[in-house]
Amino acid sequence: MQLTGAEILVRCLQEEKVEHVFGYPGGSVLYIYDELFKQDKFKPVLVRHEQAAVHAADAYSRSSSKIGVCMVTSGPGVTNAVTGIATAYMDSVPMVIISGQVPTAYIGQDAFQECDTVGITRPCVKHNFLVKDVKDLALTIKKAFYLAKTGRPGPVLIDVPKDITTHKCEYHYPKTVSLRSYNPVVKGHSGQIKKAAQLLLSAQRPVIYAGGGVILSDASEALTKLARALNFPVTNTLMGLGGYPATDAQNLGMLGMHGTYEANMAMQHCDVLIAVGSRFDDRVIGNPAHFGSVPRKIIHIDIDPSSISKRVKVDVPIVGGVPEVLTELMKQLDAINETPDVKALADWWKQIEAWRGKKSLKYKQGKDVIMPQYVVEKLYEVTKGDAFVTSDVGQHQMWAAQYYKFDKPRRWINSGGLGTMGVGLPYAMGVRFANPKATVACVTGEASIQMCIQELSTAKQFRLPIKIINLNNRYLGMVRQWQEMFHGNRHAESYVDALPDFVKLAEAYGHVGMQITKPADVEGALKEAFTTHKNELVFLDFLTDQTANVYPMVAAGKGLSEMILAEDL
Amino acid sequence: MRHIISILIENEAGALSRVAGLFSARGYNIESLTVAPTEDASLSRITIVTMGSDDVVEQITKQLNKLIDVVKVVDLSEAAHIERELMLVKVRAMGPDRDEMKRLADIFRGRVIDVTDKTYVIELTGDGAKLDSFLESIDRALILETVRTGVSGIGRGERILKV
Ligand SMILES: Cc1ncc(C[n+]2csc(CCOP(=O)(O)OP(=O)(O)O)c2C)c(N)n1
Repeated sequence: MQLTGAEILVRCLQEEKVEHVFGYPGGSVLYIYDELFKQDKFKPVLVRHEQAAVHAADAYSRSSSKIGVCMVTSGPGVTNAVTGIATAYMDSVPMVIISGQVPTAYIGQDAFQECDTVGITRPCVKHNFLVKDVKDLALTIKKAFYLAKTGRPGPVLIDVPKDITTHKCEYHYPKTVSLRSYNPVVKGHSGQIKKAAQLLLSAQRPVIYAGGGVILSDASEALTKLARALNFPVTNTLMGLGGYPATDAQNLGMLGMHGTYEANMAMQHCDVLIAVGSRFDDRVIGNPAHFGSVPRKIIHIDIDPSSISKRVKVDVPIVGGVPEVLTELMKQLDAINETPDVKALADWWKQIEAWRGKKSLKYKQGKDVIMPQYVVEKLYEVTKGDAFVTSDVGQHQMWAAQYYKFDKPRRWINSGGLGTMGVGLPYAMGVRFANPKATVACVTGEASIQMCIQELSTAKQFRLPIKIINLNNRYLGMVRQWQEMFHGNRHAESYVDALPDFVKLAEAYGHVGMQITKPADVEGALKEAFTTHKNELVFLDFLTDQTANVYPMVAAGKGLSEMILAEDL
Repeated sequence: MRHIISILIENEAGALSRVAGLFSARGYNIESLTVAPTEDASLSRITIVTMGSDDVVEQITKQLNKLIDVVKVVDLSEAAHIERELMLVKVRAMGPDRDEMKRLADIFRGRVIDVTDKTYVIELTGDGAKLDSFLESIDRALILETVRTGVSGIGRGERILKV
């Protein structure tokens, strides 16, 4: 049977078992929206700004193992989506973006709402396509889903000119697809894995450094098995939180710029480091020369060869899927049938306990002013550690990462790579669509939340009972912190004046709003929000300490062991 | 160090811009770039001459391999190879210079492929150094125009780049 391009597109999405398409209509996608309207296999979700559509699709992927899909119109629809696409790309999140384009014959003529979508998005997608013939449409969609989720995942964009959505051809959705130019290596080299096994067994001061790759590849179980079998300490990156249970005694907490003292010291002083799905990011290892000044052997497991030896030279590179490699590594360790140096390991743990003794995350909660850390700790208690937590970008993001202990993967959703303010609320929406029964909290700041505040309307329309935890310090807090530390405490444009009344704002959108000003009221307000208002969106505006800073801190350009601790000040 | 990187890439619209965009986005340097379809019309071959430390060139080849349209990448300069470049030079060829130009072209095994009473166009192939030294050996004032294709290269013997 002959189908139009729009019909084919919708059929293909059905074949891919898509549940929601986050998007915003416009001229060039009208035929597609018309087809969405005529079917009921999956639901379009109308957002209030295209950026939010992409963030929601992104979080839908991050919080499940499914693939988020979004749809935008040509020109401004696409340019609005770019921030969302770049955000997903930096964190290797699989996603498919469908963009409308002006009719084929108009391309290149500066037509109304034309932009060079393939050109604009090229540097921030895993791959993109412009469909020039309706006969290529189904295969292109198949390729897009395949590329998005295999290898190092990432967003894939399909640009569809309007005339293609009306052209007809025979419909056939291919069952499989293969590309001669794309063959990601999944199984690791067994010789290398054997070397890694021997190195691990020879370690005196080992550390497992696990990143977002563990989450993306669903390797938490394999990682946990390995760490427990070896009794090695584990530290997670910001993107890797939940990849190894936070409450486990072997977990040192997050490392990096705002990592714990014990995690950073262990990372710096270990003699054998196994990096798993992590990429030695500048926010993680600080100054690479300082990091490299200590001799240590490094094993690096990553699906992307270009992540290996990019910033730090490694001794045993292993290209492959994290779960596949870890499983094989376990087998090899079993086969060698030796134990690590028990005595050395005991000494190492003793050293780590001494570092832990510093209690680098301690803070004081007085009677008068709410400390932001305290709010996150109470959030953890009230939600019994079982919520999905999204955040925006700034101090509140770091406090959420430091004080909410994630025991499960895909529970902590934030923009680590691009650091995009505004993701928090749309991320919470995406999470709730992917996990319809989940408890979802968005830890944000009064500045970040305003970058996508219009989504309160979407949340109302779809009855999304998100709890917004606004840590309101009346400052671009992270900017103020840097100004205090590095710019003579001059607060250039970091005070947020003329803030809205968030309670009234929430109410105006039809939600519940609360303002909390006293430490004694924090727990009660959270309980009320999560029990009495379980099924509603609640905006909790916590007026918090305006001077609180995030510690420990490794200043930009410094080494991991050169942390500034709260107690030093 | 100078490296010559050969790439086999799907002959798709926009494939070249993915390669060029990669180099500019990551701050890699391009000394020359040539591209044309191969005997298999679905594939193009790109030759890029770049400068960089071993670490940088390792990243360049890894990043190129990561592009979805790229089928194969080799660093030709890693082993025995041949490189050639074509140059066309339009020169002033009048009076005593006329014979001199012809003589120089012969020495460099070039050919005069266009003649007017005042000008010659000389065609020359060779590696970059040979073309450079030809230009250096003629009077600058007599050079009216030059155009070079950039380097293309191929491995020696059984070293073959094919899918
Ligand atoms: C879109 C965007 N613009 C600017 C920045 C730079 N930036 C990083 S943190 C921050 C301040 C965030 O303030 P707020 O949301 O109130 O959070 P706080 O740091 O106070 O917790 C800014 C401006 C950014 N990360 N993203």
